[in-house]
Amino acid sequence: MAVDPIEQFQIHNLFSIATIGHTDIAFTNSAAFMLAAVAVITAFLVIGTAKRALVPSRLQSAAEIAYEFVATTVRSTAGSEGMRFFPFVFTLFMFILTVNFIGLIPYTFTVTSHIIVTAALAVTVFLTVLLYGLYRHGLHFFNLFVPKGVPIYILPLIVFIEILSFISRPISHSVRLFANMLAGHITLQVFASFIILMGGAMGAIGWAGGVLPFAMIVILIALETLVAFLQAYVFAILTCIYLNDAIHPGH
Amino acid sequence: MAEPHTTSTEHVPAGEHKGAFPPFQSQTFASQLVWLVIAFVLLYALMAKWALPRVGRIIESRQKRIADDLADAERLKVQSDEAVAAYEKALADARARAQAIANETREQQQAAADATRKTLEGELNVKLAEAEKSIAATKQAAMANVRAIAEDAARAIIKRLIGSAPSDKAVAEAVADVLKR
Repeated sequence: MAVDPIEQFQIHNLFSIATIGHTDIAFTNSAAFMLAAVAVITAFLVIGTAKRALVPSRLQSAAEIAYEFVATTVRSTAGSEGMRFFPFVFTLFMFILTVNFIGLIPYTFTVTSHIIVTAALAVTVFLTVLLYGLYRHGLHFFNLFVPKGVPIYILPLIVFIEILSFISRPISHSVRLFANMLAGHITLQVFASFIILMGGAMGAIGWAGGVLPFAMIVILIALETLVAFLQAYVFAILTCIYLNDAIHPGH
Repeated sequence: MAEPHTTSTEHVPAGEHKGAFPPFQSQTFASQLVWLVIAFVLLYALMAKWALPRVGRIIESRQKRIADDLADAERLKVQSDEAVAAYEKALADARARAQAIANETREQQQAAADATRKTLEGELNVKLAEAEKSIAATKQAAMANVRAIAEDAARAIIKRLIGSAPSDKAVAEAVADVLKR
């Protein structure tokens, strides 16, 4: 009896939408969970604030906390000018947070465990930074790569490193989230499969021994909940830091 | 997570894509990207146009309400401070006026009493002078009578003692002599 820890990441085509060239565009389980996240977030914010109470209910308070949390992050990292990107950062943060949390529920699919999704989000941030920086500052935006007060003879090296680190941002930005979610879910699945394997191989003794991996799963679930929040937060705050470069490229 | 996969030890997913590790199966990328774009743009639009302005308005209106309430409280405090100051000023004014009235009254009464005392004293002095005058007159009259009585008495006593009446002149001289002492 084997349990495949990878099977949970499998994309299933639920129904096909269109075929462009040889590429099949389908509505998949991943798409369903993305739309579910959109629905959950919208419902959370809109139903929570339905009463527009001066003294908020719990749900309204949570919605306000989410708003204030992201607003504070944006304002403290990218300044008050960065608030024009507040809806963008809020959407990113809530989307990643929600799909991460949904993914923690057994039998669900974790959208952010696919590199293509996190890469697309990271590239969106990267292009937003690049295009807004160029739109806002023109070619002065590239001063970002030329730190002030660096001796002229090492300047070419510094500029090279700065450009390299700028270009590698979307890679680290996306792989960090993807790898965290992937590894966490594989670990959970492996420990869960221990219970099945021990029970199957050793009968009653095996099931009793399964308490140990089960306790491990409980601990890991707590850790994964933290990671799910933390990775969404890290993604959002890195976005703010990168946007700050676009708004204030002078370091 | 996933259902136990019972077929074999090798990874043969139940889905339509076989072989590669699912996150690296490039044939799924297009579908995921399309739906990610749809979901993300939809969520962005919902957030930017609907949900966030809504939450923001609630927070703003609360902050405005708090600021207004604080401003009201400040205004009322200034008003009450002014009222207290006005009250204290009125109190001090009233106290000063009462003091002034009391002083004035006291002075008036003092003056009236002085005037009354003076007239009374004048009247009394006049009466006193009159009385002294009448006493002096009475005394003089009495003294005159005393001499006559003394002369009469002396004459009568002498007549009893010696049997003959002395001369008026001698009696008068003797009485005057005695009265002088």
